Formats: sequence, structure tokens, C-alpha cells
Amino acid sequence: MFGFVLKRVLSAIPVLLMVAVIVFLVLRLSPGDPAVMIAGPNATPEQLEDLRTSMGLNRPLLEQLFIWMGNIARGDFGVSLVSGKPVADLVMDRFGPTLALSITTVILAVAVAIPLGVIAAWQQGKWIDRLVMAGSVVGFSVPVFIIGYVLILIFARKLGWFPVQGYRPMSAGFGEFASRLVLPTVTLSFPYIALIARIVRTNVIEVMNEDYIRTARAKGLAERGVLMDHALGNAAVPIVTIVGVSITMLIGGVVVTESVFNIPGLGRLVLEAVLARDYTVIQTVILLFSTIYVFINLSVDLLYGLFDPRIRY
Amino acid sequence: MNDTPVVLSVEDVTIDTRPAGRKPIVRNITFDVREAETVCIVGESGSGKSVTSMAIMGLLPKDSLQVTGGRILLDGEDVLKVTPARMRELRASRVAMVFQEPMTALNPVKTVGDQIDEVLRLHTKLSAAERRKKVLHMMERVQLPDVERIYRSYPHQLSGGQRQRIVIAMALILRPRLLLADEPTTALDVTTQKQILRLIKELQEEEKTAVVFVTHDFGVVSEIADRIVVMNRGDLVETGTRDEILTHPKEDYTRMLVSSVPSLVPRCDPVPKNPKVMEVIGLAKRYGKKGFTSDSTVLAAQGISFTVRKGEITGIIGESGSGKSTVARCVMRLTEPSEGAVVLNGQDIVPMHNLRAVRKQVQYIFQDPYRSLNPRRTIGQSLMEGLVNYGVPEKEASRKAAETLEMVNLPAHVMNRYPHQFSGGQRQRIAIARAVVMEPSLLIADEAVSALDVTVQAQVLRLLEDIRTNTGVSILFITHDLRVAAQICNTIVVMQRGRIVEQGPARDVLAWPTHDYTRALIDAAPAPDWDFQNFRPVERAV
Repeated sequence: MFGFVLKRVLSAIPVLLMVAVIVFLVLRLSPGDPAVMIAGPNATPEQLEDLRTSMGLNRPLLEQLFIWMGNIARGDFGVSLVSGKPVADLVMDRFGPTLALSITTVILAVAVAIPLGVIAAWQQGKWIDRLVMAGSVVGFSVPVFIIGYVLILIFARKLGWFPVQGYRPMSAGFGEFASRLVLPTVTLSFPYIALIARIVRTNVIEVMNEDYIRTARAKGLAERGVLMDHALGNAAVPIVTIVGVSITMLIGGVVVTESVFNIPGLGRLVLEAVLARDYTVIQTVILLFSTIYVFINLSVDLLYGLFDPRIRY
Repeated sequence: MNDTPVVLSVEDVTIDTRPAGRKPIVRNITFDVREAETVCIVGESGSGKSVTSMAIMGLLPKDSLQVTGGRILLDGEDVLKVTPARMRELRASRVAMVFQEPMTALNPVKTVGDQIDEVLRLHTKLSAAERRKKVLHMMERVQLPDVERIYRSYPHQLSGGQRQRIVIAMALILRPRLLLADEPTTALDVTTQKQILRLIKELQEEEKTAVVFVTHDFGVVSEIADRIVVMNRGDLVETGTRDEILTHPKEDYTRMLVSSVPSLVPRCDPVPKNPKVMEVIGLAKRYGKKGFTSDSTVLAAQGISFTVRKGEITGIIGESGSGKSTVARCVMRLTEPSEGAVVLNGQDIVPMHNLRAVRKQVQYIFQDPYRSLNPRRTIGQSLMEGLVNYGVPEKEASRKAAETLEMVNLPAHVMNRYPHQFSGGQRQRIAIARAVVMEPSLLIADEAVSALDVTVQAQVLRLLEDIRTNTGVSILFITHDLRVAAQICNTIVVMQRGRIVEQGPARDVLAWPTHDYTRALIDAAPAPDWDFQNFRPVERAV
């Protein structure tokens, strides 16, 4: 088992290096001179030349790459082209809200979807199964921003249970923090509940036809035990896969949800940076997201090994 | 015998599909099983024998099958009337089951120790330490080695025989009154089968367990049965003691079933010195690649040399992992041999680049007739494809296909049907027709009758022999079943762990084996001394 973990963790390192190189190249090779874009159309040739020297743009590409990677290793991600503040600070400021929203969404989605999927599988073909399946079609097809506005309309405007928008950090008090997270979390989790519940249902139904399920029943195990102890464990690998995929998809969904609920998170930062062509910020955020993807995939791989002894090679 | 208490009493039981009344799967069957007695339910596929055992366990699939009549009494308690909670209590503690497939009957993500322990957790109030002691003790009783290690192992780390021992340990740990065994040794090699049968017998004698043994294998039946229940298409044909059924069957169906069982007495003489069709010289196959420092390759076959003459049926026999299928694939170059020569009609085919001409001369019949025919093509299309591919005009190909179908005793007009419209035996005939239509000089039959019921098996074997006689084709016959080999082979090659341990005329190899392994195989074959076709023991037959 230790060998398996070590092998997986080590194999993540070259992937991260490759990601860094690609992120670097994408911006260097995109059309246009970064110096012109930064200085604006009215800059004099002297100003542009100064800028190129200070940014190192006139050095060989490979040298630029090493300097850039060396800076990253020291935690220096450069300064924002728009505001002039260090990118690292900008990103860290926005990371909290996004992290909070992502974690609550994943927890809610998994906590709701797995029982729903298992119940649907157990009651296959009965009304409760059809209800769950119909609900999942709706949950998956309605766009996040529509669900968001509907929820705001009902629970914030009409009922007044939650604030309409905004974000307060944990330091402002747990009530303030949590009450503002409820609606965005519910909104964002809808499609993932639908997706995960379907996958859980399909896989549990498949596993329930296996011979070892019959063995478990022959032992005198009740249906509940058969489902929880034997079926779910064997359905775990595809479920973990889809949860992993969901988390990576979530990061894309966060951009929209944060706009709807006016949350100052990474999604908003990306949106602002793209609109303002703030390349250093975009670069850092892409790097951060990519790193998160790599770690999610690594966790999924490690969880496979945890759930299925046959995968520990 | 008759004063021993009855453990299981099946009275007039009918099992029907849901919704009821369409076509009962099992009709009005009645039999008893007494303490310490072994009753074998025998029948071909579709006879309802497995469904009956599932009904006794209360494990019929709820949506599709139900018991519509009769009683199933377990120590006087009608299991058809008890509550689901009571039924769960009875399972494992009073009636336990051992299944056919040890590969899939265990949960792959739990340790086997935990899976046996689960039975105790469910049905007893023992502490964790007591349970562990009991599980380890039971594992020793089913003769597993190194029980502490196996307790922590997952199913995929154990062999088929070891897994079946785990399933048996799980079934018998609570000392149930009744054990239902549904084809528990069918998926195992003969030597393992013999050990498992002996184990079940020993445990049964110690605990006075009543055993219901569902099987299609008369060899197994003749070894272990006290009494036999014969079923056919849902009806109980006849019941009787083992000797009654095997020596004096009353019903025609039983007579046919018993006499279809091939005996171990070799029937065929060696062929005369005909020209050689295939000569295999020093063939070896190594799987995997050699690394710079490590060598993880497996030598699946080495030093394989044998000859197949015109009109000869050569059997390669061996257990799983003996390399017999590797050899079959290598001589046709479906797998590339690592060393050696395969001389086919005077030409070494190993160095050849273009095998087109060779392919026509060697045709393959596969084990599973359900998967070897393309389900989306008609029989005619499947039969004609090869011919057309080798340039035969469509009209003539069609005529030839029709002729060949008649040769395998199928009417020519079935050409327009699809594989799913045929039974397993018919499909295997079609697969044979597909091979024969190419007019090959050599047929390779890889376990070609292993998936078939005995009566069908006997017909297909007869068919292969007829084809050999009529066309003079040679057959390389791969099988794990000595009885089948004894029926049809002129020459036998015995393989063990990738090597040939013995070869020679079938007469000599089976009657006077010189190698220990051949002798062990013959001894392990169930009922080596029973001549089923003549309803008598072999001694009197000779």
C-alpha cells in the first residue's frame, strides 16, 4: 500500500511541471507583444523598451521560463498589470470565499446524492426511483443562474430567510458567514446532486446482480446491510470517479454562481482579470486551478486503492 | 436409514414466473432429505434444478419468480410461510449454500476473514476475539494453509480451490442442518474438485449435515450421492438410490442421460501411418517482456513436439494453466510462438509473413457457442463469409454452406436465421459447420464441448467423429475432460505447467499411464471405475 501511494504521489510531480511550462508558453506565444498591451497604445518606443528590459522580455525564452519558475518556487507570482498589487495577495484574498463555497457544495452534493441514488437503486422501477430520476433530469438541465435567481426570489426576497447576496469571512462571525453561503451552495450543488445520484443508482443496480450479493443474502443479511456493506463498497470506484470529476467541473461553475450571488471569490477574480486582460493574474489563477485538478486526480487515484484492493499495484 | 429424522421435505412444489400461470419452471416436485444424507439433484440446463435450490433458500428473484404451490419443510417449519426476518435467521444458521462460481461468490473488496466473520456477527453474540478464534478454527477445518495470512487476504489473492474452501467455511461455520451445494466444483480442476468433494463429505459426516447437491455431472453424482433426484424441464423424472438410478434407471430420460456420460475407457485405436498434417517441433511460448534487470516473463509452453496425422484426432489434455490453449493458439499463429517450428502440410508456418493461405487450412472451433457467432449476422452470412473471402463465387458459397449445414444435421433453410434463435448445441453445430465449410486439413477444437450438457455433448462428439470419417480432416482436440478425450481421441498429449509429460495412443495413455501426473488426473476424474454407458462398474466391463 505504501509503495502504491508513493508511486502515485511521485507521478504527480512531472505533471505539475508540464502544467507550469504550458501555462508559461500559452501567454508568451499568444499574439501581441505583452509590453504593448501593458503600456497601452500611446506608449513611446523608449517606454516600451524600458518595460521589456524590466520584465525580462528581451531574454531567451528558456531563460525567461527558468526565471519565472524560480520566482514561483519562491512564492513570487509577479504583480497585477492593472492594479500593480502582488498577484499572490490578490489570489489569496479571493481564495477563501471560493474554497468555502466549493467545500460546502461538494459536501452537500455527496451527502444528498449518495442516499438518493442508493434508495432509487433499491426501489428500482417504483415511484420513488422515477421521482429521483425525473428530479435529476431537471437538476441537470436547468442552468445554474436560473436556479440561483429562483432561490433568491423565494428564500431571500419573499421569505427573507437568507441575505440576497454577498460574502462575509468566518472572522465576521459564523452566522454571518454561513447564512450567506446557504443559497449559493444549494444552487451550485443541484447539477452535481443530479449527476452523482444517477451514477450511484446505475452502479448500485449493476452490483446488486453480482454473485457475492446473493452470497450476502444467503448469509442472512437484511437488504439494508446488503446495500450498505456489500453493494456500496463495490460501487465506490465509479462513484469516487464521478465525485472527482464533479469537483473539477465545480470550479468552472463557481465563476457563474459567484457572479449571481456577488461573492468576491476566484471566479469573480478570473472574470475581472479576463475583462481587463490582466495576464499575470490569469496566469496565476490557471496555474492554481491546474494544481488543484492534479491534486483532485491524485486523491481519486489514492481513493481507488483504498476502496478496491485489486487496484493497489 | 429410514428412522433418521427428515431435515428437508419438499412437497408438491411448483415454481412459476411472475405474473403467475404462464409457464411453470418447476412442476409439482416432491423429495425428502434426511440427516447425514446426500441427495443429488441432476438435470441438464433448464431442468429447474438450481431454481429449486434457490427456492429452498428463499432467494428466488422477487420480480420474476415465485413459488405458487406446495410446502418446503425445514425441520418441520414451512419456509414458504415464515416472515422475512425469520427466513434471514434460518439462512446460514439452519440452511446454508455453496455456489458454483468461487471466483465471483466472494465480495472482492472485503478480506475473506471478515466475510466469514460476518456470518457470526449476524447470527451470534460472540465477542470479536471469540469470533476470530472460531473463524480461524473453521478455516483450519476446511484445510486452508497459513490461516492467519489467509484471514487477511482478499479473494483475488487466493486460488479457485482456496476460495471455494472459504465459501464452504462460511456456509458451515454455524453447523447448519442443511447444506445446499449448487454445482460447487464445476468451475474447478479435477484434482481440486476431488479435494473439495472429499472435504464436504468429511464435514458432513462430522456434523450429520443433510446435503442437497445440485449438479449436471454424473461422475460427481456417482462419487457422493446417497440418493438421486433426476429433473427434466421442470419435472421430477425419477428418484432412487444411487445404485438404482445408475444401474437400473426406470425412465427413458434417465437412461439416456446416464448413458450419455462418456466413460474413461478409451474407444479409439491409433490411426495407421497416414501422412503428417501437422508437425510441431520444439515449440515454446514466453509471455511478457524481459526488462534490463528484471525478468517477469512467464514460460507458458516449452519443448512442445507432437504430430497430427491425416484423419487423426489428437487430444491435448491438462488442467487450467497447463498451457494447452497457448499451444492451440500458437500452432495457428493466433499467438506468435517464441521458438520452434510448426510444419503444416510440409511447410513451416512460423517464419511466414502472409498467413492467408495457411488460415484456410486450419480452422478453429471455440468453447462458447454463445459468443463465437456474430449475433447480427445470419447463419448463412457467417458460413459464407470465409468462402467468399477466399474468392468462391457467392452462389457456390451458398450451395456449399447449405450442404455443410446438412452435414451437421441442420436443415439448409436455417441459413436466414440469427444465432439467438438456436440452442447451445445447435449453435455449436453451426460453429462446426462454419469451420468445416472451409474444407480445412486441420480443425482445432478448443474445449468445444465443455459448455454443453452431456446429452448434447455426446451428439456433438459423434458429429465430429462422423465429419472426420467422411472428410478425412484431422482434429486437434483441446480439453480438460479425460472422459471426453477417451471418447474421441486416437492419440493423447498430456500437458502440465507448460510441458508435455506424456504422449501416445489414447489406449496406452489412459489404460497404462506412465507419468505420475497422468495417473493423478485419471484418479481425480470422478468415478473412474464406472462405465455409465453400460450401466455397470468398469471392472465387469473389461
